[in-house]
Amino acid sequence: MIDFTLTTEQEELRRTVERFARETVAPVIGDLYERGEFPYDIVAAMGKMGLFGLPFPEEHGGMGGDYFALCLALEELARVDSSVAITLEAGVSLGAMPIHRFGSDEQKARWLPVLTSGERLAAFGLTEPGGGSDVPGGMRTTARLDGDMWVVNGSKSFITNSGTDITAFVTVTAFTGDGEISTIIVPNGTPGFTVGKKYSKVGWSASDTRELSFEDVRVPAENLVGERGRGYAQFLRILDEGRIAIAALSVGLAQGCVDECLRYVREREAFGREIGRYQAIQFKIADMETRAHTARLAYYAAAARLLAGEPFKKEAAIAKLVASNAAMDNARDATQVFGGYGFMNEYAVGRFYRDAKILEVGEGTSEVQRMLIARALGLPPA
Amino acid sequence: MNIVVLVKQVPDTESPRKLKSDDSTLDRAAADGVINELDEYAIEEALKIKEAHGGEVTVLTMGPAKATDSIRKALAMGADKAVHLVDDGLAGSDALQTSYAIQQALGRTGFDIVILGSESTDARTGVLAAMLSERLGVPQITLANKVEIDGSAIKAQRVTDYGYDRVEATLPAVVSVVEKINEPRYPSFKGIMAAKKKPVETLGLGDAGIDAAQVGLANAATEVVDFADAPARAQGQIVTDEGDGGAKIAEFLASKKFV
Repeated sequence: MIDFTLTTEQEELRRTVERFARETVAPVIGDLYERGEFPYDIVAAMGKMGLFGLPFPEEHGGMGGDYFALCLALEELARVDSSVAITLEAGVSLGAMPIHRFGSDEQKARWLPVLTSGERLAAFGLTEPGGGSDVPGGMRTTARLDGDMWVVNGSKSFITNSGTDITAFVTVTAFTGDGEISTIIVPNGTPGFTVGKKYSKVGWSASDTRELSFEDVRVPAENLVGERGRGYAQFLRILDEGRIAIAALSVGLAQGCVDECLRYVREREAFGREIGRYQAIQFKIADMETRAHTARLAYYAAAARLLAGEPFKKEAAIAKLVASNAAMDNARDATQVFGGYGFMNEYAVGRFYRDAKILEVGEGTSEVQRMLIARALGLPPA
Repeated sequence: MNIVVLVKQVPDTESPRKLKSDDSTLDRAAADGVINELDEYAIEEALKIKEAHGGEVTVLTMGPAKATDSIRKALAMGADKAVHLVDDGLAGSDALQTSYAIQQALGRTGFDIVILGSESTDARTGVLAAMLSERLGVPQITLANKVEIDGSAIKAQRVTDYGYDRVEATLPAVVSVVEKINEPRYPSFKGIMAAKKKPVETLGLGDAGIDAAQVGLANAATEVVDFADAPARAQGQIVTDEGDGGAKIAEFLASKKFV
């Protein structure tokens, strides 16, 4: 039972993605990030490698892997860049996964092959301007059935992958009645569906994040995903799993900080010696490695429960909390090790610093994770 | 089409490589084994030929048991099956002996086309394709950066110091490739999982009909008599631009045959 050794195949996947990140992502991502450009070529290459199909069965073009395989890929990508990693994470766990888990046979047959191959992306429209953690309290978007068409009205915020040239649709959560939430597929380009311009973000600058508005948008009744009124349960499931994925991505960033520092401290000299010879630097790096390692164990443990079909809500929350803290702490320490260079955008650690903060916010803030952990321990709601 | 691709496992060029002091052979335990980089292009070309013309891609590897890692990776990229020539008697074989051993193994697999990288990153002799085709009595097309197959005809473009040669031959043939020929694919997870189930045949000297007296360190035609560590990298050459910087750079590149 206590064995965190990767299988030969998992290790081979990890190495393949590690090499891809080093050879294909690392040389170009700095420029894309600086210009805020979506990495279309990298997404296409990831599609060819089957990364968008990792946790899906082969019948719809998937790779026949599992959610842990996705996590391994996310960790390796994020060691080099988080914009690319979050594009994959959102594409798989927020874009394709709701269709795979809850969609009809027709929806799966229509959408999964193009999503699992990475030719198209889908987005998940949950968060709204008036509420992040406060779902459904802050949610205002509605969908009402008019004959055989849903009519959607409302707006969504911070929606990843929603406005790329290859975005196929957004799965929108909306009130379909009093206290009744459902999810509905709204294809990009549907009249009344406006994709706002890209946000100017502190980090994840090469990823696509937008505000969306829906004004009497009409889509066919069969665009309902799963059962009417099951939207709340659906997105809780999607977010619970997604936390393990974000934890993996955070571990990647935390490890990337260690990678960069190990390289740098052997080259950089100060006071006549390589800085890696100073204990002050060595201890910092030892702490960074400790955080990355601990956080990795946390997400492996959560993923193990998910794959075994056991409850994993608490473990996922712990993994997300620990890993996002590790990412933030390591990014701060790595930039400190790099000194002035760490403040320059051309160094990866500067990018890591900008990318780390959102990990303590997105897919459930650290406060929400603590709340979930407290609830799992039987402590009463406020 | 029966496509055989020769894959060699070599020490990772990113880790320190050294020879052993006792017998001057490569210290394979000192570094991680990876597929010889140019052989990845050979695998990709083999897969492309299969995709265009049908047939089967067989990976043929000579090397110690550890080389199965590289075989599995080649299978994950999409090759159909593998033959692993592994025997203590082969250790320390030079290029001449290797070409003999591969020839014998090819007698078991048969072939329409044998594809390999134009050299390995460890020994860098770059002679295997020529030796092998001579032994097999088939045409050799070396240093190819473009290959087209039409029925039993093979057309290729060879990279030379002065430009390109366009050559034609009839199959069966031996083709060595350079890195400009294609972009090797990364294995997909499905490929990685499928590789587990693909057949890998292990051959010893006797299975392949290899005469033990013609292979191995003791019988090698060449001998490493001495070796030394590579000198530390010398300081780069600094060219001061006095209005002719561009010309000087072009001159430098031409002297190194980059342009």
